[in-house]
Amino acid sequence: MNRQGRPTAPIEAVSTTPRTFTGNRALRIEEALLFEIGRPEVTGVDLDEPAAFTPRLGNLERTAPIGLPGLSEPETLRHYVRLSRMNYGIDTGVFPLGSCTMKHNPRLNEKMARLPGFGDIHPLQPASTVPGALELIAELSRWLCELTGMPAVALTPKAGAHGELCGMMAIKAALAARGEKRSVVLVPDSAHGTNPATAALLGYRVESIAVRPDGTVDPAEVKKHLSSDVAAIMLTNPNTCGLFERDVSAIAEAVHAAGAYFYADGANFNAIVGKVRPGDLGVDAMHINLHKTFSTPHGGGGPGAGPVVLSAALAPFAPLPYVIADAGGVRLVAHAGDAGKAKPLGRMCAFHGQMGMFVRAMSYMLAHGSDGMRQASEDAVLNANYVRAGLKDLMSLPFGDGPCMHEVLFDDAWLDGTGVSTLDFAKAMIDEGYHPMTVYFPLVVHGAMLIEPTESESKASLDLFVAALRDLALAAKRGETDRFSGAPYYAPRRRLDETRAARSPVLRWVKPSPRSEAAE
Amino acid sequence: MRYLPLTPDDRSEMLARIGVAGIDDLFADIPADKRLTALPDLPRTKSEIEVERVLGRLAAKNTPAGSVPFFVGCGAYKHHIPASVDHLIQRSEFLTSYTPYQPEIAQGTLHYLFEFQTQVAMLTGMEVANASMYDGSTATAEAVLMAHRITRKKTAVIAGNLHPHYRETVQTLSRMSEHSFVALSPRPDGAEDILAAIDNETSCVVVQTPDVYGHLHDLRPIAEKAHAAGALLIAVVTEIVSLGLVESPGQMGADIVVAEGQSIGNALSFGGPYVGLFATRQKYVRQMPGRLVGETVDAEGKRGFVLTLSTREQHIRREKATSNICTNSGLCTLAFTIHLSLLGEAGLRRLARINHANAVKLADMLSRVKGVQVLNKTFFNEFTIRVPGDAIDVVHQLAREGVQGGVAAAALDDGPRELRDLIVVAATEVNTEEDRAAYVRALTEVLT
Repeated sequence: MNRQGRPTAPIEAVSTTPRTFTGNRALRIEEALLFEIGRPEVTGVDLDEPAAFTPRLGNLERTAPIGLPGLSEPETLRHYVRLSRMNYGIDTGVFPLGSCTMKHNPRLNEKMARLPGFGDIHPLQPASTVPGALELIAELSRWLCELTGMPAVALTPKAGAHGELCGMMAIKAALAARGEKRSVVLVPDSAHGTNPATAALLGYRVESIAVRPDGTVDPAEVKKHLSSDVAAIMLTNPNTCGLFERDVSAIAEAVHAAGAYFYADGANFNAIVGKVRPGDLGVDAMHINLHKTFSTPHGGGGPGAGPVVLSAALAPFAPLPYVIADAGGVRLVAHAGDAGKAKPLGRMCAFHGQMGMFVRAMSYMLAHGSDGMRQASEDAVLNANYVRAGLKDLMSLPFGDGPCMHEVLFDDAWLDGTGVSTLDFAKAMIDEGYHPMTVYFPLVVHGAMLIEPTESESKASLDLFVAALRDLALAAKRGETDRFSGAPYYAPRRRLDETRAARSPVLRWVKPSPRSEAAE
Repeated sequence: MRYLPLTPDDRSEMLARIGVAGIDDLFADIPADKRLTALPDLPRTKSEIEVERVLGRLAAKNTPAGSVPFFVGCGAYKHHIPASVDHLIQRSEFLTSYTPYQPEIAQGTLHYLFEFQTQVAMLTGMEVANASMYDGSTATAEAVLMAHRITRKKTAVIAGNLHPHYRETVQTLSRMSEHSFVALSPRPDGAEDILAAIDNETSCVVVQTPDVYGHLHDLRPIAEKAHAAGALLIAVVTEIVSLGLVESPGQMGADIVVAEGQSIGNALSFGGPYVGLFATRQKYVRQMPGRLVGETVDAEGKRGFVLTLSTREQHIRREKATSNICTNSGLCTLAFTIHLSLLGEAGLRRLARINHANAVKLADMLSRVKGVQVLNKTFFNEFTIRVPGDAIDVVHQLAREGVQGGVAAAALDDGPRELRDLIVVAATEVNTEEDRAAYVRALTEVLT
């Protein structure tokens, strides 16, 4: 008790938590939909009504109301701040989402992308007024080519899957230039879903290559599928089981001997930067997820950026536009007519690609330097193996107890008979304050749990993470199923009904009719 | 290195715990003859100050839109972005989160995407919208493939006044996916006959309004003709602010509306990242590309949101997916929805009126410059002028006079000679009376 008569120490522990009137729980505050709190006549942007003038809209002026609600500025801040607090981010805690590379996002990169000289320039300004932008693009290209050992890079693809599309288009264009039309693309069954989807989008028939018992692709199996009708193989390396494809050179040789191309999915390039160059492994095209390896923020699912490095065989087919740096300086090639002997495959998108991401990636690379980037790859691999070492006696490794690359893959064999599924285990991790690992991917492993800690975790953080997962694993084995089946208990929402969402989709807010309001 | 928490002692301890002698034992699967022995031939690590110096020098060589009278548009527009937008999108929980695959701890993202989908559907006059595409151009190319799936036909008719980059994006994807198209020639005067190009082979008609030269189009007769031929109408909007003032494509009969959303909430950023809007009718929802957020309840009956209808998507369907797309424009989507929530209907309508008013004023002023002709009868915030001589030269000379006067049509579209004397000019709320006067002065100077 202080002198005001205000108690300053808790009196006694309360054993049950009382309900609240609002449904809020202190800092965890429920938030209504914009359409339930906003009003069409309210605006948070002060603008002066223009003086009277004669419109030039023909007879196409909008007459009926749109129905868009508005919020004042304070209401806006509160709405989105509350929503943000229902999200888990890298800055919240360990985010070991395998294959997604949730590494630290340096804020310097955000600051650099917002320099007016980068953030406030228009893609169609005369080139003479944006030489620094073209130089940055040329410099990013140089770094990406050096790190991958490839002679060229197409920067415009807007995401990893868009990069795959670009690389596979270049392959298709190169085959066409040879006067060939091939109809099959080989994809290992451990691949990301984007690989077969990309191949199918371009009209290819996808042939699946089964991985061998050690989780990698067997060159003998590839050879069985190769023929003069195979356009390419799409191979992820390091692969989605977290393993380096140790026979990659033999696979590349076999593919080239059949007149096909080697597309590498570079989603996991972050494991090998400074350790080995894809160009030395026979790769013809590989996309690089700038949002993974070079840490441009994931932003809740985008925007990404997916530059594609290309071999000498594919470089002439790179899409427009691109920047050339030579003795004469840096210049932009925007049209096929300016491309000289090159045969650009066309355009992947409007403008120059994800410039904002180029700046962030460049800032990341400059900060790390060649030594820092190699160290980052080594630490990422070290951290994953440290987690493997800490959990391998309790959880099951599908491909034996060898080293992994930047991510470690467990299956659910160790959960047999416990009544706990991979999904339950993941949801229980949420209650422990962790974002779950990637689950049920890759498909080649039953109940997969793919853990990628990244280089951004400290040893202390990993020690606690491993201890927490060990505690959960032991609880599962002891049969404490309640801790799992109902999880998460402490998240902003309990488990959500996805079946209901898909069966009768509600994809937008609609104004409740007066009758249904009365019924409530 | 400041981003890497492990110390040398940590590393030694961890290697010992793993049971290997050195870090390279963990890379043993890489063929020994391919492993790099030296560091890549690139500079070493840099401090923040050094990085800022290097990138600051490059940035300083460029002319920011905000530093000069600025009238460049054609699919990317200089608008004012309220300060709170950029503050909010940089909150860690938004910036550093992932695709909401674990909905219990991603309700923030899912909630705003549900609101975004609703806003886009309302604005475009459609029933449903997805959680966004990479940008307007790729959304257009995906819309064409979607129309092929729905109509089971293979030929797209592309209006001549579709933004040339959009046209080329559609052409590239169509060619590569073995579909055909009929691309009409540009008509900078706006007198294009799209109806004549539609026949029973047509799967879809792609029409932009306002078009790349600024003309507005009544989509109703095109929708009617398309529907009679069993084709879909895809409406393209590259300046989304126009929908604050102009009738929505949905109201005029479009089946799919795709748009570039950059104008609301997103910086110019030399062309990306931007945000593609994609809306359609309920009956086509299962043929849509991209992510969708749906409403549901949790185990306690509380309203919540999840990604839904993902059986369309590549991670479930693999080669049978509707698209290979795997991301949306997350953070750009957030910027869009925050800015639009701030504007509300009242603010958006006023913003659109200001844009239109500024364009009308500018068009009238430029049309009085000797030798200059405004081609448009209708426009929103962008119109086309004919200048005596080579427009690419004129735009360069204007830039030297300190005015960014627009886009030379022949620089944008590497084709027809009749574009060589045309400049597409955009006006927005950022332009002042002084900016317009500076443009008139500079153009008069350059043309004499």
